[in-house]
Amino acid sequence: MSKDWPLWEVFIRARGGLEHRHAGSVHAPDAEMALHHARDTYTRRMEGVSLWVVKSADVVASDPEQAGELFEPAVSKIYRHPTFYDLPDAVKHM
Amino acid sequence: MYTTELDGGKDRKVATLATEDPELIATFEARVANDEFIEPKDWMPEAYRRTLTRQISQHAHSEIVGMLPEGNWLTRAPSLKRKAILLAKVQDEGGHGLYLYCAAETLGTSRDELIEALHTGKAKYSTIFNYPSLNWADIGAIGWLVDGAAIMNQVPLQRTSYGPYARAMVRVCKEESFHQRQGYDLLLELMKGTPAQQAMVQDAMNRWWWPSLMMFGPPDDNSPNSAQSIRWRIKRETNDELRQKFVDATVPQAELLGIAVPDPNLKWNEERGHYDFGEIDWEEFYAVVRGEGPTAKERMKARRAAWDDGAWVREAADAYEARQSTRRSAA
Repeated sequence: MSKDWPLWEVFIRARGGLEHRHAGSVHAPDAEMALHHARDTYTRRMEGVSLWVVKSADVVASDPEQAGELFEPAVSKIYRHPTFYDLPDAVKHM
Repeated sequence: MYTTELDGGKDRKVATLATEDPELIATFEARVANDEFIEPKDWMPEAYRRTLTRQISQHAHSEIVGMLPEGNWLTRAPSLKRKAILLAKVQDEGGHGLYLYCAAETLGTSRDELIEALHTGKAKYSTIFNYPSLNWADIGAIGWLVDGAAIMNQVPLQRTSYGPYARAMVRVCKEESFHQRQGYDLLLELMKGTPAQQAMVQDAMNRWWWPSLMMFGPPDDNSPNSAQSIRWRIKRETNDELRQKFVDATVPQAELLGIAVPDPNLKWNEERGHYDFGEIDWEEFYAVVRGEGPTAKERMKARRAAWDDGAWVREAADAYEARQSTRRSAA
């Protein structure tokens, strides 16, 4: 059994208007410390204006081995892409 | 900071490959050959996992131990400006260690085990940190040469096949350039000083040049694991290729500083388009790997002391969390 503090995933919003993006992870005993560690570890050069920390154990992930089945339905539906439609040149930009 | 395997070969059991599903291996090899990234939950051969865990954790340990020779000068930096710069750099090294430990942990080894391996001497770290930092010019030489060599090593690793390692390297490389530039800047300033200060720069160069070249690891013909690591895109360039690049880039910088490279055999080779340089003392390298470096014992003692002396902080944080969660459940 590991003596490590729980692992937290760190997300940073680089600036207003952008989404939070995953930056890495930190170990911390609680959420408050996780935020402090995230700040010290991942934002030493103004990398962000907002931080999220989420317990890694709470992340539910898809199985890479099932990726084929999980994402296949989109592959066969090429009519969902604009390039599927061949329009006359006269319709300049659409 | 340092990425060449130091203890590969000893416990290497490629035999596991024989027991793994050939179809899975073939898919994996094809993905890697196609420059795809491997992510933590993807299937990977046991030997790939083991090699990476060793390489990334050695790299992490090197960042952490690397704080010691520089931390040594924090209280004696000659000005507030230099002290602030050095403090920021040492903090970066700690951060780099943390990025890398996180990447190594995604392969299934806990932080606790990684740190334990460092503290018991089971895990290796870069030989370069077993040399002492004797004078202030050493701090400049470390930034310029040691971080310079590290950059040569790390830039190609931004495209290494293991996703978490590659992403950690992108972050590290962004910050590393400051480290090298502040070191060179420090030396330039010393070179404008008194003859004694200029002599300090030459002295630092004389002591750090060869150990910096050793940072790239053994020569290719004596680096048995290189071929597999290159095939798996764990390494992207060989030790000798990177070493040559470093020499070619660094010699003109030494000339600009106005100091000599301590190698009588160093000579521009017009035909090759590269500098030729003298033999590296590999006996010294292996002795330092074995822990016979001038300061190896001191480094480990300082590292363990830092860990033990900080125990009360970790315990206090645990106690605080325990009380908070009791209060939450009572409320």
